[in-house]
Amino acid sequence: MAEEEEVKAVKPGVVKLPYRWSIGEAGLKFFQGMKNKKIMGTKCPKCGKVLVPGRKFCPTCFVDLSDWVEVSDKGTLESWTLVRYPFLEQPKEPPYIIARIKLDGADSSFYHYLGGVDLADPDKVKDQIKIGAKVEAVWRDKTVGEITDIEYFKLA
Amino acid sequence: MVRKVAIVGTGQTEHGKRREVSFPELVYDAVRRALDDANLTIEEVDAVVTGSMPAPMEGVNAPHLYWGDDATGAVMKPNMRVATCGTTGMSVAHSGYYHVASGLFDVVLAVGAEKQYEGQAQGTMNTVGDAHFTRPFVAGAPGVFAAQSNEYLHRYDVPEERVRLAAAEVSVRNHNDAFDNPYAHIKVKIGVDNVLNSRIICYPIRLLDVCPQSDGACAVVYASEEKARKITDTPAWVKGVAYCGNEYWIYDSDSVENPATIEVARQAYRMAGITNPLKQLDVAEIYNPFTFQEMMHYECFGFCEPGEAYKLVEEGVVARGGELPCDPSGGVLSTNPIGATAMIRVAEAALQVTGKAGAHQVPDAETAFCNGLGGANTLISVMILGRTP
Repeated sequence: MAEEEEVKAVKPGVVKLPYRWSIGEAGLKFFQGMKNKKIMGTKCPKCGKVLVPGRKFCPTCFVDLSDWVEVSDKGTLESWTLVRYPFLEQPKEPPYIIARIKLDGADSSFYHYLGGVDLADPDKVKDQIKIGAKVEAVWRDKTVGEITDIEYFKLA
Repeated sequence: MVRKVAIVGTGQTEHGKRREVSFPELVYDAVRRALDDANLTIEEVDAVVTGSMPAPMEGVNAPHLYWGDDATGAVMKPNMRVATCGTTGMSVAHSGYYHVASGLFDVVLAVGAEKQYEGQAQGTMNTVGDAHFTRPFVAGAPGVFAAQSNEYLHRYDVPEERVRLAAAEVSVRNHNDAFDNPYAHIKVKIGVDNVLNSRIICYPIRLLDVCPQSDGACAVVYASEEKARKITDTPAWVKGVAYCGNEYWIYDSDSVENPATIEVARQAYRMAGITNPLKQLDVAEIYNPFTFQEMMHYECFGFCEPGEAYKLVEEGVVARGGELPCDPSGGVLSTNPIGATAMIRVAEAALQVTGKAGAHQVPDAETAFCNGLGGANTLISVMILGRTP
């Protein structure tokens, strides 16, 4: 009698699904700005905050935003982290630094990459970066209207 | 008129790597145990609320169909699915409470579950942000919490090393306390040096500053005052409930002294009549997926002044035997089946105020605080339970 084949307790599989995400009205305006190497925010008529990237509505005051203002491509480093772990579906190969940056003229901050730092010894990275330091955008030569038209921010 | 509501039963699975059970089987175990704890039959349950993480984590992308009814006993009953990322378990717990407090249902079952070993939790996390603005910069869950932690490390006029050491103590304490919790996942004897020398995942977060991934489920049974008094001699009364959302663009707000995190505690304290949390709370189950986050929570929840969490750790205030023991269960740092994780905080708080926490019981605990956290402060929730209504 043939030996009964063992039933496997775990079945592997992959779910692969393509998407097409709308960029939105505010997003289109913001990324048209990026293509021209301009960083655009919106000023709220109620709270007066300049939010960057610009939005269609203020999440706090819940009013329409239509006052688009250009902010500087220079700003302040509010925080950072050195990413050393390769998470699945990560768009960039570690190690690299992601940073929270507040641009001059903006009242909110956002994430981008911080480049130009020696990452060879992870324990020495923190000695090269001070929270509160001035940073500036390093633009790609060819811009296409994406957040990565800025290749990274560097310490000024 | 809002009715008084109590928790009359809790059920947890042994959390960990649970390859031998399917998702529905895992959920069924927790529900079975909660019903047995309450000494109720499934027929006595009027409605069910369930929740887990975004469906891609499960890969069977309609959880409410796959396990939502059968495994929770919801066949022929109202059943609602709630999913709010890390705070899912607390949103489900709140929803169960609302069901009963509203007067529409008398006995309601709330269930949270996750099988993280089946899928790709961090791969799913990398897709929680929009593709246009944020996705290139998402590095699993640790990335954003690490940036938050780094900001916290440098916010106050306190030596960085001292805060870093306190965070390491938090890891040691949680992992040690897990030994006394039969349901906890990671039980390891470590010292602060092990934490400080573990590898950097996302600076300043090291491997032992991070919660594990776990398989596990948790269920809680709510009952109206009248039913609760018939079902058990030891109900855990819901005394405070609050929930606050934050902006999607998390950096519109301060991520350290976070307005929603501060406000959510204030609202829950007001409802529960708490004016001095450190004195009036007897135990807290803090949602602590990262060591530094637990410390930021102490401050936002008013256990101490901003920047002073390290003192609570140094002085043993938040350790078992201290004034306000935090996470005697071992916390999220030892056990993290995400969709269940925040509900485990609720179940543990209920065990504490009913004197059923066993080896990790805080003596004479009468009032317990617990919270959930979804996103990186984006959704934040609190529940306060008490031995008396």
